[in-house]
Amino acid sequence: MSRNRRYPDEIAGPFESPPVTFEDRDGREIEIRAHDGSDEEYEALASMYDAFDPADRAQGIPPSEERRIREWLDNILCVECLNVVAWDGDTAAGHATLVPDGDAYELAIFVLQAYQEAGIGTHLMKGLLGYGAESGVEKVWLTVERWNKAAVGLYKKIGFEVSDSESFEMEMGIRLSDGSDEGG
Amino acid sequence: MRILLGIGGADDSLQALARTVERAVEAGDELTVAIIDEGGTERSVEEIESAVTETLEENGVDAEIRYVAGDPGSKLVDVAESEGYDRIVLGGGTTSPMGKIQLGSTAEFVLLNSHVSVTLVR
Repeated sequence: MSRNRRYPDEIAGPFESPPVTFEDRDGREIEIRAHDGSDEEYEALASMYDAFDPADRAQGIPPSEERRIREWLDNILCVECLNVVAWDGDTAAGHATLVPDGDAYELAIFVLQAYQEAGIGTHLMKGLLGYGAESGVEKVWLTVERWNKAAVGLYKKIGFEVSDSESFEMEMGIRLSDGSDEGG
Repeated sequence: MRILLGIGGADDSLQALARTVERAVEAGDELTVAIIDEGGTERSVEEIESAVTETLEENGVDAEIRYVAGDPGSKLVDVAESEGYDRIVLGGGTTSPMGKIQLGSTAEFVLLNSHVSVTLVR
């Protein structure tokens, strides 16, 4: 069910597209890369979500059981979907995704508990939006629990604006281009 | 139990319908189906009604069918409380393209305001 969503008039960014390497606040070297579609990366993501603390679930995702995790991953790693992963060596430490929704994309981001509060979320978001802008994405929306101050703060810092605050969860949107400029 | 099932035109409502009717057969619940016109959903009121009659007939369940006009959430709560229902049953929400569960405004209102127990069917 798609409905009219509101987006800021102003274009956010620019955001640097992946790959991006940085040292996180715990001294780990983290690389943000676009998902390459390989089985190895898929399995690394499945392991990350298998280890994911259910306390950090948002509106039912990620699911908690292996079969459901794989069904969900198949859905969000679709051909038209855009995915970036934060790597600590071969370990997937975080993952952010854009799933097509009409003329816009829905965004979600997850950082494994052991890697939280180390600045990885910010880099992942910027990497995903850079990848999105580069791929021609114009508008992105997300929902977040209103009590999740850390997440709301991160989204606002990146350039998201609240578009609907009447439901249990709050909706936010960002504009990456005005659609008039193809590529560039 | 006396059950008030509120259904609209989204997929979660049809799932709630199927499960609630099956459960009514097993448990001998007395069922009332309240059809909600939420507007902007995939199915019209007529389509919902034919799904309801079909499911009831298939399962051999005799249930009253009503139509809820006006604000559906407050109307459901009012009917359940004033007419002595034991439980309100609603669909458990739709999912976003990402797979996130999203509750409709009717479910949100009922959950926060009903003094009668509420079941969301997942």
